[in-house]
Amino acid sequence: MDEIAILGVGMHPWGKWGRNFVEYGEKAASDALADAEVGWDEIQFVSGANSVRCGYPGYVSASTFANALGFTGCQLASSYAACASGATALSIARAQILSGVCDVALVVGAESTPKGFFAPNAGERHEDPDWLRFHLVGATNPTYFALYARRRMALYGDTSEDFAAVKVKNSRHGVFNPNARYTKEYDVDDIANSPMVADPLRLLEICATSDGGAALVVSSLEWAASRGVDNPVRVSGISTVSPTYPNSVIELPYLASDSWAAVGDETMTFKDNIAARAYEEASVSPEDLDFAEVYDLSSAYELDWYEHIGLCERGDAAKLLRAGDTALGGRIPVNPSGGLGAFGEAVPAQAIAQVCEMVWQLRGEAGHRQVEGAKVGLSINHGMFGHGSSVICTR
Amino acid sequence: MAAVEGLFTLDSDEPRLIGGRARSRGSYFFPKALAGSDPACLGDEIEEVLLSRTGQLWSYTTGEYAPPAPYVIPGDEFEPYVVAAVRLAEENLVVLGQVVEGVSVGDLSVGMEMELVIDVLYSDEEHDYLVWKWSPTPMSENGDD
Repeated sequence: MDEIAILGVGMHPWGKWGRNFVEYGEKAASDALADAEVGWDEIQFVSGANSVRCGYPGYVSASTFANALGFTGCQLASSYAACASGATALSIARAQILSGVCDVALVVGAESTPKGFFAPNAGERHEDPDWLRFHLVGATNPTYFALYARRRMALYGDTSEDFAAVKVKNSRHGVFNPNARYTKEYDVDDIANSPMVADPLRLLEICATSDGGAALVVSSLEWAASRGVDNPVRVSGISTVSPTYPNSVIELPYLASDSWAAVGDETMTFKDNIAARAYEEASVSPEDLDFAEVYDLSSAYELDWYEHIGLCERGDAAKLLRAGDTALGGRIPVNPSGGLGAFGEAVPAQAIAQVCEMVWQLRGEAGHRQVEGAKVGLSINHGMFGHGSSVICTR
Repeated sequence: MAAVEGLFTLDSDEPRLIGGRARSRGSYFFPKALAGSDPACLGDEIEEVLLSRTGQLWSYTTGEYAPPAPYVIPGDEFEPYVVAAVRLAEENLVVLGQVVEGVSVGDLSVGMEMELVIDVLYSDEEHDYLVWKWSPTPMSENGDD
């Protein structure tokens, strides 16, 4: 797959600011433009990652952000793919660039989130699985995270201490990130003393909902070279795949998994397929990675990702963690940014924020959280209902 | 009355989930209305079937805090509840549900046998609104999945 260049990145710090999401997006976009040394009037295409929690302006995010920066007549696309929205927006910008429709584009996502559990849309909708799971089962997002965590304990012998250790690790990374919401270093006792939310997961192990914004300026390699940027961070692969039937894991927001009765194979899972496509596009394998940014919706969830992205065999993730391999300074640091544990989740901005971290790491600009000599990074997450999201960046 | 019609039978002795089955392919779906994730079923007829009443516990957890609407808190005060995901014996699919009152996570282990029962989800002045729930079978023994 042909590559594109990332010329600039910008973020509005994550927090619970309670302000208009447009402010966060505008700040992130302005920072990305300044970082890229590209003028807003040079941007030919804006790819917006939508929010469904900020009213109509959130559904037409590209137009909303373009308006905030000033309408210049550039082309727009707004897209929603739940937590995968940012990667989807980047994939659309890449397609526009690689097809020659534009040379340089802005990708931006931002959200202002309510406190507490994410809730489904209003109304009574008996055929919407997101409505059914709340009404009939009381299954919140942490319910699903906890089911996966408990299953790890039963199948692989993972412990609550292992899960807490993930949060401890990520909180240590987050201390060094000026854009993180939580910059306190937690220890295992802090986690053990936080309230149980969904057994075996405690409050400090479950991703919060946050406000935040993130943006990228991307271009063709030729356009980058024309600006004197000969060695940019490159987007080498993007995965936006759907699940492949049958996915044997029960996923948000469904009441049931796929049935593997007709196929007879219960080993396939969505999250394996997401990474596989990104590796294939980038011609990269797990051994090539210097670090990864994974979606730690819960502490235990991060361990699932180690296996899904091929850092180890299924069931061995806790061994990597216990050996310190995935901490900064280890063999393959995971979530050097601090991850969702340090950020909380600002849905449409989160996948873009993962790419921002990759760019800082690959440029050697990550300060105290720098992964030494990083050349290849991978980010991964997924949007509920079945939107894959993974980006591989190289330099 | 059922909290949502068409998802389960109200047979008090042998309640069953109402699923879909692709007639020639043999894939199962729950709920039936969500049939379609198997690409080999494109154009296949989806027939209504009653799913197995028993299965193995795939995983389980608790809800310690009240979920937002459309969850309805039964009674005056929120009480934590247990949620199970059960792998149906024949259909090889995993179905969520609350666990009947009186069963705690300490009573559960992955792999144990569970059965479907009908129970009250919440009530108002006129009706009890019913739903399926999971219960350890009377003979169930702990086991590995």
